[in-house]
Amino acid sequence: MDIRDRIAKRVAKELRDGDVVNLGIGLPTMVANFIPDDVEIHLQSENGFIGMGPIAGEAEVDKDLVNAGGIYVTAKRGAAFFDSTMSFSIIRGGHVDVTVLGALQVDKEGNLANWMIPGKLVPGMGGAMDLVVGAKRVIVAMEHTAKGRAKILEKCTLPLTAKGEVDLIITEMGVMEVTQGGLVLREIASDITIEDIKNATEAELIIDENLKIMEVAE
Amino acid sequence: MEKIISKEALSEFLKDGMTLMIGGFLANGTPESLIDFLIEKNVKDLVIICNDTGFPDKGIGRLVVNRQVKKVITSHIGTNSETGRQMNAGEIEVQLIPQGTLVEKIRAAGSGLGGFLTPTGIGTMVEEGKEKILVDGKTYLLELPIKADLALLKGSKVDEKGNIWYNKSTRNFNPVMATAADLVVVEAEEIVKAGEIDPSNVVTPGIFVDYIVKGRG
Repeated sequence: MDIRDRIAKRVAKELRDGDVVNLGIGLPTMVANFIPDDVEIHLQSENGFIGMGPIAGEAEVDKDLVNAGGIYVTAKRGAAFFDSTMSFSIIRGGHVDVTVLGALQVDKEGNLANWMIPGKLVPGMGGAMDLVVGAKRVIVAMEHTAKGRAKILEKCTLPLTAKGEVDLIITEMGVMEVTQGGLVLREIASDITIEDIKNATEAELIIDENLKIMEVAE
Repeated sequence: MEKIISKEALSEFLKDGMTLMIGGFLANGTPESLIDFLIEKNVKDLVIICNDTGFPDKGIGRLVVNRQVKKVITSHIGTNSETGRQMNAGEIEVQLIPQGTLVEKIRAAGSGLGGFLTPTGIGTMVEEGKEKILVDGKTYLLELPIKADLALLKGSKVDEKGNIWYNKSTRNFNPVMATAADLVVVEAEEIVKAGEIDPSNVVTPGIFVDYIVKGRG
C-alpha cells in the first residue's frame, strides 16, 4: 500500500460516527476514501458547507460547488451551505470534532508550522490557524520526514500556525500522541523497528508500555 | 430607486487608490464581469480585501496580473504565483490574516462593533503588535474592524430591490462584505422581479445593495 494511503487509512480509524470533520488539502483529503460504511461523518468545507461528498466526476461538475481547494466536489443528501461567517463560527466555536492537517514541522509540545517558509514559500494561512485553535481534536497527517530530514522536532523553527494545539501525529512510521510528559509513540508500523522511527524523529520519543502495531493491513 | 444599472455607470465611483472588498473563494462566487470592468478602466493602486487572490487567469488574480493592486489584505495567495512574485519583488504589499479573523473583521465593521476577541493567532506572528486581553483565564487577541469604499459581490439570483440569493458554495464572503462598504454593487447572474425570490430564501437583504449589474453569464 502506498504510504500516503497507509497514513490516510490510519487517520480514518480515529473518526467516530457523527463527527464533524475538516480535512486539509492534499493527503488529509484522502482520509475520506477510507471511512468505513457504518461510520457517517459530516465533512465541513471552510468555504461554506457541511456534508461534502466526493470530488465531482465529469458529469457531476457544478460551477457553483467547489471545496476549499477550489476543486469541483459534490454535496451529500442533507448538506447545508452557509457563508464564511457561519463557517468560522463552526470552526472557531468548537463545533468541529476533528481537523486533519499536513505539516511542515510539528514538535513535542504540539506546536505546528504549516503555513510559510520565510523567504521561500508564503502561501498564507487560509483557515488553518482558526481550524487548529478551534477544533476539539487536531490530527497531523504527514509523511514522517521530508527528503530524509526530520519534521517531528524538539521545537519548531518555522513560523507557527498555532501553539500547543496538536493532539495526534500519524505518519507511515507510527502514531504519536502529544502529552504533558512529551511525545508518546503509541503505535509503530509493522515493517520498521523502534530504532528506525527514533532515527527519523528529532523529538525524543517516549515508547508506550503497551506499544501496538499500527493497524493498516490490506 | 432604480438599482439596475449598466457597468459603464459605475465609472464615476471608481478611483485610483480606493479600497475594495471583492467576494468569492478561489474565484467561486467572484464577480468576474465587474473585474472585467476594473481591468477595462485600468483603475490603479487598489487596496483589495478578499479571501484569496484567485488564479492568474481567474478571479481577483487578474487584477494582480494587470498591476492594478497596491496592497492586498487576504488569507491566502498560494494559488496565484504572480501575487507571490510581486510580493517578493516589493511591487505589492501583502497583509496575511487568518481567514476566520478576516471574515470577522469585516463582520465587526458591518455590525457596528469596535472589534472582537479571538484565540486565533496566539503564539504566532499574527499576535505581533496586537493587544492581548484575558477573559475568564483565557488569552485573546483584540482584532479591529475593517471597511471598504466599495464592495463588489456576486449573486446567483438578484431581484430588482437588490435582494440576493447565492447558489451553493458561491456564498462565502459575499453576504458579510455587503455590510461593510460605503457602496455595494452586486453582479447578478440572473435578475428577477421583486417577489420572485421567496423572502424566506433571501440571504442578503436588498437594503445593503446600492446597484445591480447584469453579469456576463
